[in-house]
Amino acid sequence: MDFSLTEQQLILGRSARQFLEAECPAAVVREAETTEQGHVPELWGKMADLGWLGMSLPEIYGGTGGSLTDQVVLFEEIGRALVPGPLLVSSVLASQIVLNAGNDSQKESLLPGIASGGLILTLARGERLETASGETGLTLSGESAFVPHAGVASHIICATRPAVGAWPDTTLVVVDGEGDQVFKTPMESIANYPQCLVEFDDICLPSEALLGDIAEGRPVLDAAVQRAIVVQCAETLGRAQKVLEMVVEYASGRVQFGRPIGTFQAVQHRCSDLKVAIDSGRMLTYQAAWRLDQGLLADDEVSMAKAQSGILSRTATEVGHSIFAGISFTIEHDMQLYSSRAKICEANLGDTEYHLDQISIGAGPQTQ
Amino acid sequence: MDFDFTTEQNGFREELREFLKVEVPVEKQEVFGRLTEEQYQFGRDINRKLAEQGWLAIGWPKEHGGGGKGPIEQGILNEDLGYWRVPKSGSIGLGIVGPAIMVFGTDDQKDRYLSPIAKGEVEYCQGFSEPNVGSDLGSLELRAERDGDEYVLNGSKMFTSYAFHADYMYLLARTDPQAQKHRGISLFIADLKTPGIDLSPLPYINGEMAAQTTFDNVRLPLSCLIGEENRGWYHAMTTLDYERSGLWRYANVRRVFDDFSTFCQDSAPDGGQPLANHPLVRHQLARRRLGMETWKLLCWNVAWMQSSGAVPNAEASIAFLYGSEERLRFAEMAMEILGPYATLKNGSPMAPILGNIEGIHREAMHLHGAGTTEIHRNIIAQRGLGMPR
Repeated sequence: MDFSLTEQQLILGRSARQFLEAECPAAVVREAETTEQGHVPELWGKMADLGWLGMSLPEIYGGTGGSLTDQVVLFEEIGRALVPGPLLVSSVLASQIVLNAGNDSQKESLLPGIASGGLILTLARGERLETASGETGLTLSGESAFVPHAGVASHIICATRPAVGAWPDTTLVVVDGEGDQVFKTPMESIANYPQCLVEFDDICLPSEALLGDIAEGRPVLDAAVQRAIVVQCAETLGRAQKVLEMVVEYASGRVQFGRPIGTFQAVQHRCSDLKVAIDSGRMLTYQAAWRLDQGLLADDEVSMAKAQSGILSRTATEVGHSIFAGISFTIEHDMQLYSSRAKICEANLGDTEYHLDQISIGAGPQTQ
Repeated sequence: MDFDFTTEQNGFREELREFLKVEVPVEKQEVFGRLTEEQYQFGRDINRKLAEQGWLAIGWPKEHGGGGKGPIEQGILNEDLGYWRVPKSGSIGLGIVGPAIMVFGTDDQKDRYLSPIAKGEVEYCQGFSEPNVGSDLGSLELRAERDGDEYVLNGSKMFTSYAFHADYMYLLARTDPQAQKHRGISLFIADLKTPGIDLSPLPYINGEMAAQTTFDNVRLPLSCLIGEENRGWYHAMTTLDYERSGLWRYANVRRVFDDFSTFCQDSAPDGGQPLANHPLVRHQLARRRLGMETWKLLCWNVAWMQSSGAVPNAEASIAFLYGSEERLRFAEMAMEILGPYATLKNGSPMAPILGNIEGIHREAMHLHGAGTTEIHRNIIAQRGLGMPR
């Protein structure tokens, strides 16, 4: 039993915070929010140089071979700084799918690009995407909603309903994100989070588009999603921790009734509740990461972490806006940057209700 | 990061479970809110047997009769004793008094007091709260006046759990009324057989019999003073931090939750689907499982901090606060699912899971142990987050 981070992980966290404080201040976040792509190529390049985009990849593909726990440490900082761009979907979700489903040639053509930032991959999934086998090979058709960062994606991995078998059997294919038969319609959403409705117009796929075997993609997809969930929980932790620090600082200095409002127990207790929710989230998130790093089954632990992460997002939003009050209702105040992104994370990759539904309710008392 | 025990620790847990399986059959296990004298005595017997195995004080140093292990092993022990509903005894001595004596006691006091605690031979109670003194403990009023080679105690203590079973009381008394409030307090161990000590019964809603204890010119020898005179407040606060994981309390509730989950999976009250197949019931159970797992991790976080030499402070309050509220949420959830059946006592026809739900409703009203939930929130804000007073 040891809940401490390694010296290397501590250094990673500290250096990431330093870097992001300099390179990704709120002004950068706000600027990205005004663009359709929500992506900052200069920052992206620097993060690639630091090895962040290839963190979960082996060194032979240009990665740094880090553990999921390492990634969680990094993404606490990513969340804290509200880093814009397709980090989660490209460097965690898509890269894990290619790594685990791709053949050598696919890995060699895609993974180094993910790590260097030259390629950006996203994921489209859903039962309205279909791959059918015909005389000319596989054909991809249908549409998928909420495809993150589709606007800047060089490639789109599609998790499709396969011609053989039935959903949720899954066939994974990778297609050119900028091809003629790919139609992207932005889905405008809170915080201008860049996501699209993507339609695929009967695309004939070359054989090298198939990732893994037909109808066999589900385990790889699920495993990648699990890792992405844990990493996203870390982002939420980082955001909530920053909100807590902002609120405590404000309450300690803001004077009403002749004293700092932070001396009022009504205010203190709200901050305490947020602190409890953060510590809870941290334990659950690192537990899930640790189990996956150990190769242990973690279905329940991942879902518990994500369910609690949704609760944490709400707590941070509520506590932040209630203590900052009027000023946080203005666009110029940073609190809204945190609370609007909290909504994105709360809903993405399964919300609290969904994950509560996944948690097994226990097999009764431990063996006696 | 490592969320597992060492091989040796897992081995200890296995051995302990084998022991409990043999020694604590279901019919001997405590039902929430229904502690009987016989059960209490059974708990004492189990403690003595644990001591024979070298397990009772497993986290204490060997030189004081302990097992020479650490807070993790102590946590494993407490978690399993709670889970298997071994009626609790000896906890004040093992968790609070012993550690204080190890740090602040004289050699003579160590010789006199520690070994009987480690062997499960004595019971202690704690005399902190008073009729007028609760959350603001530092303003306590029980007076101890030096008179030659004795202290003379006058006043009273309140909410004294275990008093009627206890041999000794570990207490705080005011030795210097002129000093600033926290600086005039001293720590004592009083033999409850000393003339002038009177216990009056104070039955609790959870079935425990506590006491109000009055001190009328009670004379204690100087050797009953623990540590330095007038430094008792600081001594006591330091050693309160010794065993603060709360794993016993967690596991004790967790067991009922697990039994309740099984009950919901097995029981189909209208002859139809099991309760747990109802989406709303399932959802409630999942929420509480999440709460229980969170509570467990927060407790282990405290134990781990202690094992690494850190002093948990706000962290202990976080675990304690979370636990008090989670226990209440569980009790409320059980009521929502079971309706009037949740009010049935052990022994009543149709009482689910031995009437433990009825008992846990009463136990869950204990929202004040080791500080009220408001005090814990103050501690988290002020000591944990550095908010202004």
